[in-house]
Amino acid sequence: MKPGTKLKSAVCDTEVMVIRGSEGSVECGGAPMVEERDGSGGEPDAAFAEGTQMGKRYVDSDGTVELLCIKPGKGSLALNGVALGIKEAKSLPSSD
Amino acid sequence: MNISLILQMAADAGPDRVGLVCDGRSWTYGELQNAARGAAELLLASGCAHAALLDESSAAAPIALFGAALAGIPYVPLNYRLANEDLAALLGRVAPACVIGDLDRAMELDPEGGHRCFTREDFIAAAESAGADASGEEREGEGIAAQIFTSGTTAAPKAALLRHENLLGYILGTVEFCSAGEEEAQLVCVPPYHIAGISTLLSSFYSMRRIVLLPAFDPDDWLQLASSQQVTNAFLVPTMLARIVERLEEGAEADLSALRAIAYGGGRMPQELIEKTLALFPETDFTNAYGLTETSSTIALLDPEDHRLALQSDDPAVRARLGSVGQPLPTVELEIRDEEGRPLPAGQRGEIYVRGEQVSGEYRERSALDADGWFPTRDAGWLDEEGYLFLDGRADDVIVRGGENISPGEIEDVLLAHPAIADAAAVGVPSTEWGEAVGVVVVYKPGQQALDDDALRQLVKDRLRSSRVPEQIRVRDSLPYNEMGKLLRREIRKLFQD
Repeated sequence: MKPGTKLKSAVCDTEVMVIRGSEGSVECGGAPMVEERDGSGGEPDAAFAEGTQMGKRYVDSDGTVELLCIKPGKGSLALNGVALGIKEAKSLPSSD
Repeated sequence: MNISLILQMAADAGPDRVGLVCDGRSWTYGELQNAARGAAELLLASGCAHAALLDESSAAAPIALFGAALAGIPYVPLNYRLANEDLAALLGRVAPACVIGDLDRAMELDPEGGHRCFTREDFIAAAESAGADASGEEREGEGIAAQIFTSGTTAAPKAALLRHENLLGYILGTVEFCSAGEEEAQLVCVPPYHIAGISTLLSSFYSMRRIVLLPAFDPDDWLQLASSQQVTNAFLVPTMLARIVERLEEGAEADLSALRAIAYGGGRMPQELIEKTLALFPETDFTNAYGLTETSSTIALLDPEDHRLALQSDDPAVRARLGSVGQPLPTVELEIRDEEGRPLPAGQRGEIYVRGEQVSGEYRERSALDADGWFPTRDAGWLDEEGYLFLDGRADDVIVRGGENISPGEIEDVLLAHPAIADAAAVGVPSTEWGEAVGVVVVYKPGQQALDDDALRQLVKDRLRSSRVPEQIRVRDSLPYNEMGKLLRREIRKLFQD
């Protein structure tokens, strides 16, 4: 997955941009994310339905994958079935 | 990756929120996004290779920046203060360009360039009307978001390239999306051709802090706009800050009660000025930012807490940090290296090297990055034990006297500490005995008695080693600076050529 690729959730409104790619399966709401939705829809799996927040960056514990949420939705993000967490960054003062 | 994402996200999250105020008109993020999409259509239809801005700041700047990003061509803000001959050369280097702003000048200076020219007003109107039917599709092109000509204080301007991944890396690494409250407003007064003129647009849109644009800096206009728009944040270069402080000391009226934070950078901040400013704005947070065009803006900063600690401290090492540019960003690696490229320990002066996503180090002609991705900044400096970075001129400014490296800064600091001296610069001058020797130019404060050459030499001799004592001395009414407050050392060297 090339950095800059945009992926959409197959089961909710979530969209992400890949900042750091991975070979694994990137999922949202329990279903693999897609470049174009096929219209089949569906609902997020209850185990992956905590929602995504716009502008947050999501990472796995090893830091192999990093996704920027560019549209929020009801599903939550995972890599190969393991939930991703929000990347906590030190807040910096505005410098320009 | 494409920086157009920044405006897209702001327009998705707050289409009706005001993102820009300029010349009495307000723009929502939705309106800006529409105009940027329209601008992309115009740029594509023109077939031009660059989107060049030859103008002061206005709404046309962000519309052209994001329009060019969508169209997949570089945005090239040109310095409208350049002399005709220099500007003509730059126009030739970006031909054919879609030139926005001073179309008469562009046509006169580069009539054969095949440029497509718009006035500011025509460009905005055409972009807005083209927006309704625009596809909004992102094009990759060469992946270059902006091309900025360096100020060329030492040589001909270089065309620095900033890729989408550099600028987006900088923004995503330093700014939290939509972190600004609805009441927050950023007063932008740096010229559009300066890197801060681009990075401030990106940072403000991504944090969704409303931009209040001042087309060209003037201290009274700045104070008036800061009051009337209840501005909360501002960025200034030290020379601008000095003029604002001067107007306030002269009794200029301004309601700056909303002003929470001022960031400054882009040139050397005199210790006296920052201390005076901190006393004048006790409730305001100050941040000193250090960065270069080639690094997509800030790579190190001295934050508000650092300012307070330094000001209150009795420890000379902590207090001295007020004269530093703080610590490198967490997303940037920074090293000080010697002339052979070997890393130096804390306390030793050398050249500043940086590495990180935001670091481009790339010019149209070549990349300056080494094999491991490090960018030699040509800035000289040193780190203290806690990792605070102190700048010490340009690596090229070092005076080499008989094999001994002398930093102009140490001599200038001694001269500037004298109460009669307003400004001073030290440069290397040709010497048959030493290869190079120290030459100084001194500016005395009005009404102050000038020191004779012997007294001036004694002043340096009392504080520094004898090799630092100036061989040649000149007195002038002022020193040559460019409009961003950068000392033009090549002009200083010319004073010793006679």
